[in-house]
Amino acid sequence: MKTVITAVGKDNVGILAKVSAICADVSANVIDVSQTVMQDMFCMIMLTDTSKMTVDIGTLRSKMEEMAKENNLQVHVMHEDLFNSMHRI
Amino acid sequence: MLNTQDILETIKMIQDENLDIRTITMGISLLDCIDPDIDVACEKVYQKIMSKAKNLVKVGEDIEREYGIPIINKRISVTPIAIISAACKGADPVKFALTLERAATDCGVNFIGGYSALVQKGFSAGDEELIRSIPRALSVTEHVCSSVNIGSTKTGINLDACKLMGQIVKEASELTADRNCIGAAKLVVFCNAPDDNPFMAGAFHGVGEPDCIINVGVSGPGVVRAALAKAPDANISEVADIIKKTAFKITRMGQLVGTEAGKRLGVPFGIVDLSLAPTPAVGDSVAHILEEIGLEKCGTHGTTATLAMLNDAVKKGGVMASSRVGGLSGAFIPVTEDAGMIDAARCGSLCLEKLEAMTAVCSVGLDMIVVPGDTPAETISAIIADEAAIGMVNFKTTAVRLIPAVGLKEGEELDFGGLLGYGPIMKVNKNSSAKFINRGGQIPAPMQSLKN
Repeated sequence: MKTVITAVGKDNVGILAKVSAICADVSANVIDVSQTVMQDMFCMIMLTDTSKMTVDIGTLRSKMEEMAKENNLQVHVMHEDLFNSMHRI
Repeated sequence: MLNTQDILETIKMIQDENLDIRTITMGISLLDCIDPDIDVACEKVYQKIMSKAKNLVKVGEDIEREYGIPIINKRISVTPIAIISAACKGADPVKFALTLERAATDCGVNFIGGYSALVQKGFSAGDEELIRSIPRALSVTEHVCSSVNIGSTKTGINLDACKLMGQIVKEASELTADRNCIGAAKLVVFCNAPDDNPFMAGAFHGVGEPDCIINVGVSGPGVVRAALAKAPDANISEVADIIKKTAFKITRMGQLVGTEAGKRLGVPFGIVDLSLAPTPAVGDSVAHILEEIGLEKCGTHGTTATLAMLNDAVKKGGVMASSRVGGLSGAFIPVTEDAGMIDAARCGSLCLEKLEAMTAVCSVGLDMIVVPGDTPAETISAIIADEAAIGMVNFKTTAVRLIPAVGLKEGEELDFGGLLGYGPIMKVNKNSSAKFINRGGQIPAPMQSLKN
């Protein structure tokens, strides 16, 4: 199963590193990353393979949310299929 | 690879525009629970519901977590209880309501629907007893919802049932007067009731349905409004196109969740109900969509036309998005559950007569409307008959969910809290309809019924 992780917030040092550190920690394999900084808003989208994860998706989400709170970010963890079904015919 | 724009759009819809799956509703047939001994029948009903639905809430929560989509309600609908209770001669049907309540509590669902009777052409064994027990059933339970179908295009309208339902609605309200008349808010009177509706309070599991099935109701008035706000100068055909595209996306989400829930529960996936179901939350209003299209206030002239366009465009977008569409599908216009409707009713722009006109083109009917507590039962019956006539002639589902607010008068307000919302007590025509209602009998089926 593939999971999309997005992080949006004020640009700061090490956001990408913090997100990927959590991924590495739970064995979620990062497949693709795209990031842009618009004005000073940082916007990152990461596609990960979570099928071999050592924890369940709920735990991953709460780890991400905890990190997001500390760094004043908005983080979303969502299943890839959601986007495929909504935006592709 | 996924498109960045698409991902951000979806997140914005969920986070800022209140997009959610309103309900996953499991339909369960109770036909195999019929027994002449009511206690045996109740036990069978309890066991059947528990065997099918014990994991429903867990699966719903799992999907919510994995996919990151809010799923607001998990519900159960069952075979109309009048069919099951018909075999238990002389017993009190409220026992079934208590059984449903126990099963709902033990499964952890938000509502259970199906304390219902289908009497569009007349009362069969058990129907009248069940209908007369509805006010008591709703007053001693919290999760049980009730509905009665009193007419259809094929059969006409059962005026005796209309008359009875006027009294039942009042009584349901009176018996729960200490709880904001909540009883009447859990009772719907239908014409052309659908068998696969996942929305409460009108959900029941039709007799032609499979043993167990999953139906999904989506929501998202806020998303449609936000999409329209981006095109302030579009002409009305372009507006309809924007609504279609948005409805498509919303429905795809419903289809995904329904299929996944069905797979995990080992139950076939039934339908997606493509409804725009408002909540009292700001930004989740159908009235605000109409106002975004260009009405100063919902209820003014032009409301019916814009609502007709909205209702149709939602269906067109949704039909393309899902392999199976059913239920009520369209735009709901419940007054107390919609912040824009509440405002419009408060300022006098939206009246009962205009709402009636709107129900000719919306997906259901007169929904969640608070009327003065001293409204005569015959007047409520006549409102039900009017609404059923619109449904009968137009081959559409119509429904009435009125709440006679005990002890309150026109202009005062009633507050239910939660998804059911709050609203002003609306003006009702004071001229009597008693003679018409007391005639009784059956309004014959219209010419439209002779299609064979």
